[in-house]
Amino acid sequence: MVTATELTPTAELIGITKKYPGVVANSDIHLSLRPGEVHSLLGENGAGKSTLIGILSGMIQPDAGEIRISGELVRFESPRDALERGIGTVYQHSLLVPTLTVLDNLLLGVDQGWKLGREVATTRLQELATLLDVEIDPSAVVGDLALGQRQQVEIVRALWRGEGVLILDEPTSMLTPQGAEKLAQVVRRLVSKGLAVVFITHKLNEALDLGDRVTVLRRGKIVGEVSPSDMLSKDRKAITKEVLQMIFGESTKASNTTVAKHVAKSDEQVFRVDQVLVAGSELHLVLDKVSFALNRGEILGIAGIDGNGQKELAEVLSGQRKVDSGEIQLDGKSIQLLSTAARQALGVRYVTDDRLGEGTVGPLSIALNIVLKRVGEAPFWQRSWIKNNAIREFARVLIKQHDVRTPNELVAISNLSGGNIQKVILARELALNPRVVIYNKPTYGLDSRTAYVVLARIAEQAESGVTTIFISTELSEIVAICHRVAVMYRGQLSEPIDVRPGIELQLGALMTGSTTV
Amino acid sequence: MTNTDQLQTAESRFTRISRSTITAMIPVIGAIVIGGLLLMTLGRNPFVFFGNMIDHGLISSLGRQETLIRMAPLLLIASGLMIAFPAGIWNLGTDGQFVMGGVVVAALGPEMAPHVNGFVLFLTLFVVGFAVGAIWSLVPAILKAWYGINEIISTLMLTFIGLRFSALLVKEYFFDPETTVPQTRVLAVADRLPRMFSSRVHIGLVVGLVAIIAVHFMMRKTAFGLRLQIVGMNPKAAVHAGMKMKPLTIAIFTLSSGFAGLAAAVNVAGVDGVVRAEWNPAIGLLVVPLVFLARFHAASVIAFIAAFAVFQVGGESASRKSDIPNFMVLVMVGLLLIFMALGEYMQLRSSRKHQS
Repeated sequence: MVTATELTPTAELIGITKKYPGVVANSDIHLSLRPGEVHSLLGENGAGKSTLIGILSGMIQPDAGEIRISGELVRFESPRDALERGIGTVYQHSLLVPTLTVLDNLLLGVDQGWKLGREVATTRLQELATLLDVEIDPSAVVGDLALGQRQQVEIVRALWRGEGVLILDEPTSMLTPQGAEKLAQVVRRLVSKGLAVVFITHKLNEALDLGDRVTVLRRGKIVGEVSPSDMLSKDRKAITKEVLQMIFGESTKASNTTVAKHVAKSDEQVFRVDQVLVAGSELHLVLDKVSFALNRGEILGIAGIDGNGQKELAEVLSGQRKVDSGEIQLDGKSIQLLSTAARQALGVRYVTDDRLGEGTVGPLSIALNIVLKRVGEAPFWQRSWIKNNAIREFARVLIKQHDVRTPNELVAISNLSGGNIQKVILARELALNPRVVIYNKPTYGLDSRTAYVVLARIAEQAESGVTTIFISTELSEIVAICHRVAVMYRGQLSEPIDVRPGIELQLGALMTGSTTV
Repeated sequence: MTNTDQLQTAESRFTRISRSTITAMIPVIGAIVIGGLLLMTLGRNPFVFFGNMIDHGLISSLGRQETLIRMAPLLLIASGLMIAFPAGIWNLGTDGQFVMGGVVVAALGPEMAPHVNGFVLFLTLFVVGFAVGAIWSLVPAILKAWYGINEIISTLMLTFIGLRFSALLVKEYFFDPETTVPQTRVLAVADRLPRMFSSRVHIGLVVGLVAIIAVHFMMRKTAFGLRLQIVGMNPKAAVHAGMKMKPLTIAIFTLSSGFAGLAAAVNVAGVDGVVRAEWNPAIGLLVVPLVFLARFHAASVIAFIAAFAVFQVGGESASRKSDIPNFMVLVMVGLLLIFMALGEYMQLRSSRKHQS
C-alpha cells in the first residue's frame, strides 16, 4: 500500500475548525484520505472524532477550513451532498428499518421520484455485493439478519451513490469476533479496489491491525500520526507504545493542578464487591465477575473508555440495577438485595454522570433537588407533610458550604450552570454521613476550575474517612487523587494496582484492550 | 433575583391579575361571538339563545341548582385527573371506569337500602364505586408498571369494553324484572343522597369540592404528592432517587380511576337512582382539557368546571327553546376549549417574548 501515498487524495480536509460553546471540537485539522488506504482514526471520547466525521459526511458545517474531493473544492450543505460525492458513512447504531426488506431499506435512502426502481436497485445491490464479495439477499427482512450482515447492508447503502470514501464509525463495537474478522476482509477488499476507508475506533489493536495509516486525535487536535512506511518498518510493540503516548501521554485537564493526596489510609475494610455478574446481550456480559475491596478512606479509581460497564457498575453498587449473581458487602453485611433508599440510609451514595437526565428534576427548586433522595423523611417531612422551612434552611446551609452560585434556594435547578448543578448534586450526596461514595465521571463537562474544586472536594471527603469509588475516563485525574486504580474493559475489571507516576501507559494499554505493553 | 426585582414583582401584581382576568374572559367572548355567528347562519337569534343559556344555567334558581348538581361528578373525575396527569399517567379511560362504577352501585343500592341506615348505605356505595373504578384500570396499571405498555391506548380500549360489559351486566344480571326496558332497580328517592338548603342540590357537590381541595394539597404539600410529581417530571430521576416505581404507578392508576368510579356512585346515588343498559354520559374525556387549562390548580379547576356546567345546562334548555339539536352545546363547549387553548398559547408566547 506504500505506493498509494503518491496518488491524489480522494478526499482532503484542510484546516478544519469547529467550535461549540465552551469547547473547540476540531482545531485546525488536516487529513488526507488516499485511495487504497485504510486510515484509522484513534482517540478517546470527546477527542473530536465524531465532529470530524460529521463534517466530512456533510452533517456538520465547519467554522473554518475546506474540503477537497479529488482536488476539487466542495461545500457540503447536507449528508446528501456528501453521498453524491461518493462519501458514505456507516454509523455505530444501525439506521436500517428492521421490519423492511434489504431492498426496501436501500430504496428508502435514494430519491427516485414516484417510481421505485426495483430492477435498477437490485442490479446495483448485486454490483456492490460483488464489490464487497458478500452474499446479500435483497428480499431478506433486515430484522432477521445477523448484526454482521446488517452492517454489510449498511456499507452497501453508504456506497450506493458512488464508491469514494467509506467511513466506519466504531464498526466492531456491536460485532462478534467472527463478525469483526469478516468486516476486516470486506474492508481489505474495498481498499484493494481503490476506495479510501476511514476507520474510527478507540480500540488500539484494531486500529493497528486494519489501518495502513493511524492518526490520533486528542482534545480536537491531531496529536500524532503513524505513516504507512512506519507501520510496515517498525516493530508492533514500538508502535503501540508510541500511539499510547499520543493518546494518553501528555498533560491533561487536572495534571497542572495538584490535589492533596493523603497517604495514610486505614486498614479497616469497609466495602467489598465479590464476583458481581450482570448479564447483558448475547455478545458479552455487562459486568463479568467484578471483584474488589476497599478500606476506609481509600480512593479506588476505575479507568476505562466509556461504555465498558462503568455506569452499570455504579448502578449496581448504588442499588439502581440488580445483580444476577455475586455479593456486595458494607461493613461485612450483604447489601446487594437492599433497595437504593436502604443503601442510601446506610451511607452508600451515588454521584451520577447523567446530571440532567437522572440526577436532578429540572423544574423543581434547588432546595427540593437537595432533598430529592429524602422525600418523606424527617425533619423535611413531618407525618408526610412538607416542612418548607426545614428544607430551605438545610438547602441554604449546603449551598453556602459548597459555594453554589445562585440568587437563592428556590431557583429552579435547570437555571443553573453545569458546574453549579454538579455542586448541588455533590452537596446532596455528601450530606448526612456518607460512608461509601461512588462518583461517575464527576468532572465531565466542567471547566477546569470547577473540575479542580470537585476533585479537591472528593479528596477532602476521603481524607475524612469516606470510602470512594472514582470512575473516570481522564487518567490524569485518576493519577492525581486515587490510591489504587483498576481498569474496566468489556465488563471485566482488572486487578487494582497502586497508583504511581508514569502508570498512564500501562492503564492506556488495558483500556484499549491491548496486551502488548 | 435581587430585592428590587422582588419589589417590582409586587408592584406589577395588579397588572398581572387584571391581565390574567382578561385572558380568562377572551375565550368566553370568542366562543360567544363565533357561536353567535353560527346561530345566525342557522337562522336563530343568538341574543335569545345566549340569554336563555345564561338564564337557565346561572340565573334561574332551578337552572343554578341543576348546574351545581352537574358539577359534582365532573369535580370528582377532575380530582382523579389532577393526580394522574402531573404524575405523567394519561388515564383516558375515565368514561369506562365511570360507567362500570355506576352500574355496580346502581345494582347494589336498592338491594342494600332497606337493610341499613343512610350513612352506611352511602359510605358503602362510595367505597364500592371507587373500588370498581379502580379495578377497571388494574389491567392497564399492571401493563404499565411491569411492561411499560402505553396507558393511553389500554385505558381508552377498556372504556369500550366497559361500556359493552356494563350493558351486558344490566341486561343479564342487574335488570329490574318489573320493567320492560333493560335497567337496574330504582333507588327510591327517599334513599338517595341528602339534599342541602332545601334545594335539589345533593351533598355530592360537597364531596366533589372536598376531593378537589384535598387532592390539590396532597399534590403540593405531601411527600406522596411530590413523589408523583417527580415521577411525572423525570421518571429516571425518580428511579435514581430510589422511589418504588411499580407501587407508585399502581397507586396513581388506583386513585385516578377510583375517583371516576366515585363520581359515578355520587351521580347514581344522588340524582339518577337507576342505570339503563347502554348508559354512557361520556363526561370523562370532556374534563381532560379543563384540568390541563387550569394547570391542576384547585381554584381554577372549580371555576372552569362551573363555567362548563353553566354552558352545558343552560345550553341544553336554550337549544330546546331555539329548536336546534342539543349538539349546539357541544359546539359551544368545543369553541370554548379551542379559545382557551389559543389564549394559553398567546400567553405563553408573550411571556417568552417578555423573557427574551
